[in-house]
Amino acid sequence: MKRNRPEKLIIDGKRLDGRAPEEMREIEAKIKVLSRADGSAMFRFGNSIAIAAVYGPRPMFPKHLQDPEKTIVNFRYNMAPFSTEERVKPGTSRRSVEISKILKEALSEVIFLEEFPRTGIDVYVEMLQSDGSTRCAALNAAALALADAGVPMRDLVAACSVGKVDGEIVLDVNGKEDNYGEVDMPVAIIPREGRVVLLQMDGILSKEEFEKCLELAKKGCERVYEVQKECIKKAYAFEAIKEGEE
Amino acid sequence: MGQIFVQERELVMPGKVLARGMDVLPGNGTYRDGEEIISKVIGLAKIKERLISVIPLAGKYMPKHGDGVIGIIEDVQPTFWNVDINSPYMGILLLGEAVKEYVDVTKTDISKYYDIGEVIYARVLNVSRSGIVSLSMRDPKAKKLHGGKLVRITPYKVPRVIGKEGSMVELIKEKTRCQIIVGQNGIVWIKGENEALATRAILLIERESHILGLTEKISKLLEGEEV
Repeated sequence: MKRNRPEKLIIDGKRLDGRAPEEMREIEAKIKVLSRADGSAMFRFGNSIAIAAVYGPRPMFPKHLQDPEKTIVNFRYNMAPFSTEERVKPGTSRRSVEISKILKEALSEVIFLEEFPRTGIDVYVEMLQSDGSTRCAALNAAALALADAGVPMRDLVAACSVGKVDGEIVLDVNGKEDNYGEVDMPVAIIPREGRVVLLQMDGILSKEEFEKCLELAKKGCERVYEVQKECIKKAYAFEAIKEGEE
Repeated sequence: MGQIFVQERELVMPGKVLARGMDVLPGNGTYRDGEEIISKVIGLAKIKERLISVIPLAGKYMPKHGDGVIGIIEDVQPTFWNVDINSPYMGILLLGEAVKEYVDVTKTDISKYYDIGEVIYARVLNVSRSGIVSLSMRDPKAKKLHGGKLVRITPYKVPRVIGKEGSMVELIKEKTRCQIIVGQNGIVWIKGENEALATRAILLIERESHILGLTEKISKLLEGEEV
């Protein structure tokens, strides 16, 4: 892998895909993409595509896992075998178990768990194509799908990644920058409160750099949040019109 | 003084700040965080004097006292039935709420009253905080539904299917000469010769509940097939 490394990841202030350091890739969001799920959404950062499906709240089985005081969130993050350049072995891996766990914990922060005692909510996220920042795309898609399923939430969750490539701080890390760059740091926030619900860091940053990264990530999340809100508005606007006329 | 940031029937989503101030009260579908009242769900804002609530546009059916629901018997226990009512919780129909006469449970198999797979129209008696839903057949409208077919629709579209004072469902009943019962939980029971047409009409209402002149479109659909 190492020998495929490009000489430089930033040339004349432009990144490999022609972006400026603080520029994000194209973002696309869509809800109601699956008809059989209670709620579903697609979220795309450039070439990273995530599809999320939410089922429930529904009776929780097996029964011994039920909690008489709150609902249980079951999260599955999975990469499609064809999502990367090299085939991903199907099934759970150490990586997917970790990501499922942290994304579940991030979402549990916003869901009103105590409103549906003894039930479970299943969230399934499939990565159809992966090119860096997949856990951020997965979380954004899952938040939209939950809202679409009508699950009561404090707010949506918006996530994006920051990193350090060739000594420069960049926003929205893509696959090559993730592999050959110095630092990759996914961040998720609850936009209204500005609270951080997910933060991981792979690499080494100085304190000043870290603070700069976090600031930048929050800006990126705001952008993502705007796209998420726009997407919900578009999908539900026609309902509002009719209801308003009666 | 409290400020309200949304208009009546405006589209809101989780995280949207609806109002600020302690003299404004949070209703259904909202929560209070400090001074602010915030929406929990995707829905339409509803303002009633000082009370702000959100009518949800998506979500599962949550049973509440007095609702008429259509359920399918899922399991027969010694003294009660488990009923699937298309909600996060299983409905429970106790023997005393189902059968008028005295039944000696040591000698009778209660599946002779209701058996697995049978469909009932029942009333929700009570919903406990931990989600135990008790049902009752002691209601003039409650009965076992023989034959017919079930159509599932999104629960929040149920008022559209019923129409103003039942006008929409009455129209379909009259035109197709079918028996139709709409459960608050989003299950519709249809029985009659023209089941297929009635089903099409109901699914059309669910799909296009937002368009203008829906009633005319439905009558056209019903007439067109009859001619």
